[in-house]
Amino acid sequence: MQSTPAVEVVGLVKRYGTKTAVDGLELSVPRGSVTAVLGPNGAGKTTTIESCEGYRRPDAGTVRVLGLDPVTQSAQLRPRIGVMLQSGGVYPGARAEEMLRHTASLHANPIDPALLIERLGLGSCGRTPYRRLSGGQQQRLALAMAVVGRPELVFLDEPTAGLDPQARRATWDLVRELRADGVTTVLTTHFMDEAEQLADDVAIVDGGKVIARGTPEELCRGGAEDTLRFSGRPGLDLLSLLKALPPDSAAAELTPGNYRVEGRVDPQMLATVTSWCAQHGVMPDRIAVERRTLEDVFLELTGKELRP
Amino acid sequence: MSTGTFAPEPGAAPLPRMIGAQTALETRMLLRNGEQLLLTIVIPTVLLVLFSAVPIIDTGGGRRVDFLAPGLLALAVMSTAFTGQAIATGFERRYGVLKRLGASPLPRWALMTAKTGSVLVTEALQIVLLSVIALALGWSPHGDPAAVVLLLALGTAAFSGLGLLMAGTLRAEATLAAANLVFLLLLVGGGVVVPLDKFPGGVRSALDLLPISALSDGLRGVLQHGSAMPWSDLGILAVWAVLGLGAAARFFRWE
Repeated sequence: MQSTPAVEVVGLVKRYGTKTAVDGLELSVPRGSVTAVLGPNGAGKTTTIESCEGYRRPDAGTVRVLGLDPVTQSAQLRPRIGVMLQSGGVYPGARAEEMLRHTASLHANPIDPALLIERLGLGSCGRTPYRRLSGGQQQRLALAMAVVGRPELVFLDEPTAGLDPQARRATWDLVRELRADGVTTVLTTHFMDEAEQLADDVAIVDGGKVIARGTPEELCRGGAEDTLRFSGRPGLDLLSLLKALPPDSAAAELTPGNYRVEGRVDPQMLATVTSWCAQHGVMPDRIAVERRTLEDVFLELTGKELRP
Repeated sequence: MSTGTFAPEPGAAPLPRMIGAQTALETRMLLRNGEQLLLTIVIPTVLLVLFSAVPIIDTGGGRRVDFLAPGLLALAVMSTAFTGQAIATGFERRYGVLKRLGASPLPRWALMTAKTGSVLVTEALQIVLLSVIALALGWSPHGDPAAVVLLLALGTAAFSGLGLLMAGTLRAEATLAAANLVFLLLLVGGGVVVPLDKFPGGVRSALDLLPISALSDGLRGVLQHGSAMPWSDLGILAVWAVLGLGAAARFFRWE
């Protein structure tokens, strides 16, 4: 049982009218891991998550969550998962603590709501009704509601959208703690740093398909876009440097005295560059290796133009 | 960093506990909402006191409160089961409350049971309040309590079906406007405070078929005149209940 993935999506297709929101998507989430589903607006992230939560009936393909069909076996699945919708989900007139206590009362072995109230800084909500809470307070309440029932698996749809940096950190800490306690997390996000910080696995989704997946490191290592920067005397002869480097490397003086070398940055390349500097009597100042970030990978894969 | 706080231990609470908690929450939401209280408590109470004390409307022979109390009990049922439930449920749908509860351990039928429970609790409060005021105003009810309970139950079913149909198919704002409009129209044209024999014959025959008319007429027959079981009114309410609940079950959208 433990060996089957927490989530297994095979060939998922979901259409709304003539629009195909998800087009043959594949996703497998190992138990106990944090998986980030990353993608631009309209990529199919929410439809995918909502298919796993049992809200959407697939037009084709299969979805299994904890080994169950989320649509036909919803009654068995629902007690075992925690769900945070992208927005809403709370009675407009309910108070934060009241709603969290109520959600806890629907579960057999809930976490003490007071602990979550404290952890997520919801104590300040007091008697304010949900509709008058700030966006960040509403998000944190929805997160608390997703985890209060001690689920095996939580789905968080854009959990940190609209949060201030402190609340974002608190959310990240909570996700890390979920992972440490053996809870599987699937989250969608627009934030590359969030995926890099939290995820064991990243699935980049665009046009209703997974177009890349791997650990954040694997995805960032993928291309040949690593760069090395240093500064020194202006007007150095870069041709002699290029002769010493592997053939697919490139070097340029971006502004007088500021140099950039592109290629496969490894210890050998670094040694080549520094010894070349030594030969030319140049002290390479502010030498720095720059790796591709997930954001670079993301923009390469999904394009830089704005989506409609 | 593992503290064990979140160590999985999933499970649904026992059904009676879930339904009890959900009923209590739904009732609190209803009683906390100012507009809902205006509809369910303030308007029926004011109408009862005002029209009993001041002869604005010709209510036929006998004491005015004997005519008015059954009508306002009917209005109380409509205000809670139809207007209040439609508006609240419409906004719960709009704010994703129904959607989120759909992913909780609470089954949908249990949610609807809890909603019905909260409607019944609210109606009980209304009936006690209106009865106490009416008795203080000299009301002397007659008739078979079983007939009254049956009328109230079928009326609640009929109005709940129609309210949920509206909440589950229209936009929340449209539900808000329509539910209030229907409340107002049926208050005037449903035999609540204005006797239906004030309307021309043809109009009256049509108005007689409305659920509010059947409920107020049935309650008045029993409570004011001590009539036997009002089968025709019960029949009209039963048809509305079957149609309304059937259509709601068929067309209700949770998102």
